[in-house]
Amino acid sequence: MRYSGLRVVVEALTGHKGWKPLWRNPEPQSSYDFVIVGGGGHGLATAYYLAKTFREKRIAVLEKGWLGSGNIGRNTTIIRSNYLLPGNEPFYEFSMKLWEGLEQEFNFNAMVSQRGILNLFHSDAQRDAFRRRGNAMLLAGADAKLLDRDAVRRMYPFLNFGNARFPIKGGLLQPRAGTARHDGVAWGYARGADALGVDILQNCEVTGFKIEAGKVTGVETTRGPIAAKKVGVSVAGSSSRVMEKAGMRLPIESHVIQAFVSEGLKLTIDGVLTFGAGHFYISQSDKGGLVFGGDLDGYNTYAQRGNLPVVEDVAESGMAIMPVIGRARVLRNWGGIMDMTMDGSPIIDRTHIDSLYFNGGWCYGGFKATPASGYAFAHLLATDAPHPTANAYRLDRFARGYLIDEKGAGAQPNLH
Amino acid sequence: MLIPHPLLGPRDAQEFTYLGDASLIARPDGTAAGAEEAFFEYTYLRDNPAGTHRELWFHEAGDRSWLVVTRNTLTHEILDAQLASDLALAMCPEARE
Repeated sequence: MRYSGLRVVVEALTGHKGWKPLWRNPEPQSSYDFVIVGGGGHGLATAYYLAKTFREKRIAVLEKGWLGSGNIGRNTTIIRSNYLLPGNEPFYEFSMKLWEGLEQEFNFNAMVSQRGILNLFHSDAQRDAFRRRGNAMLLAGADAKLLDRDAVRRMYPFLNFGNARFPIKGGLLQPRAGTARHDGVAWGYARGADALGVDILQNCEVTGFKIEAGKVTGVETTRGPIAAKKVGVSVAGSSSRVMEKAGMRLPIESHVIQAFVSEGLKLTIDGVLTFGAGHFYISQSDKGGLVFGGDLDGYNTYAQRGNLPVVEDVAESGMAIMPVIGRARVLRNWGGIMDMTMDGSPIIDRTHIDSLYFNGGWCYGGFKATPASGYAFAHLLATDAPHPTANAYRLDRFARGYLIDEKGAGAQPNLH
Repeated sequence: MLIPHPLLGPRDAQEFTYLGDASLIARPDGTAAGAEEAFFEYTYLRDNPAGTHRELWFHEAGDRSWLVVTRNTLTHEILDAQLASDLALAMCPEARE
């Protein structure tokens, strides 16, 4: 079923009886050409582009829980391409361009809203660093604008410009950045993949890999064994747990990051805003809730919840830049498990086991990467060659010393 | 989380800084054969288990001791805490002499 304005009118006049489920719930077949482990944003996007762009057939997505039950439903919905390093920026800009055409592409309302992201800076040194970042973005074909204090004041007059410790000196604006409806992205890709014949198998946990003579030939699941010519793993926070079943140790630690939403308020912030002197980012959902988050809790965990010290830290950061937030009440907070790599950048690569591919290590930046990650992983699965924008995301870069360390924090995942 | 410090009793985890897997105590010998591979594994690869995890916490806002804390990464339950120096000495008895 194709969605359109006309369709909405017709359904409204006929009692909404014609709407169908967005995807089938098929039984697993005994074999597929491609098995994607992980039915989150990246896994579904991979299956979608495999079927759509690379015209592959016989594809299954295996999800241990329900579709989109992990980080695709837990993030703060920000999309942007304001990275610095040459290994990263072209990839994220590719993702940004895919976001821009996404809704037309898969005929689903993902509520992509290019409302702009403003990264505040608070010192002369930070202005220099942001100018450099902005130039790197322009070189990669993205957009960037350095704003002075007065220009920021015109956008957000209520910010705490006179903060004694962290005065706001200006900001780096990426006008094309913004937000998207996170669940809508998962549903859109799932619906699009399903329509192209992809089997989405929910409640189907992978319990092991079948490996013969250094080549993967299938997976063991809670719904029986499934043979596969190629297996792609895209399981975010569970990366270490799943790849351990194939005997691999990864350069990854799993950490929790918390997010928060306030009660619904009248329009307060029409873009995305980040604090340059702490880790705090905020936007406002279309329902009016302020959506914000901060740092990792900082210790290994698989519990999808954090602890109170970070809640306090996030609240303090918020108060430091926009004291107006002090009158808002927090409605909910939650946590998601991040696959933090040793350099803070992701991995899209083959493994030492033939026909087994790995996509992970997205740290807390996976949502904005969803379209490009799916596209690049599909490219790798279909052609056995990395996508040109993702060829730095090699698994062996740690052994070779070619790290992509955006923050320069070293092999310390909780500092990225 | 409250960390049961062996000398100071239960302390708020906020007083601590987290480093990572307790295996980081066992730094490889840089002069041994295969040191390059050993240092790659030591620096970058982690078990990252779901369940019991032994890990290093630094009591930065306290007595500045390093602790090895045994904690369940699925529930945040803390099962044990010991001074890292005691464990390091037990691993390397000649250092005691």
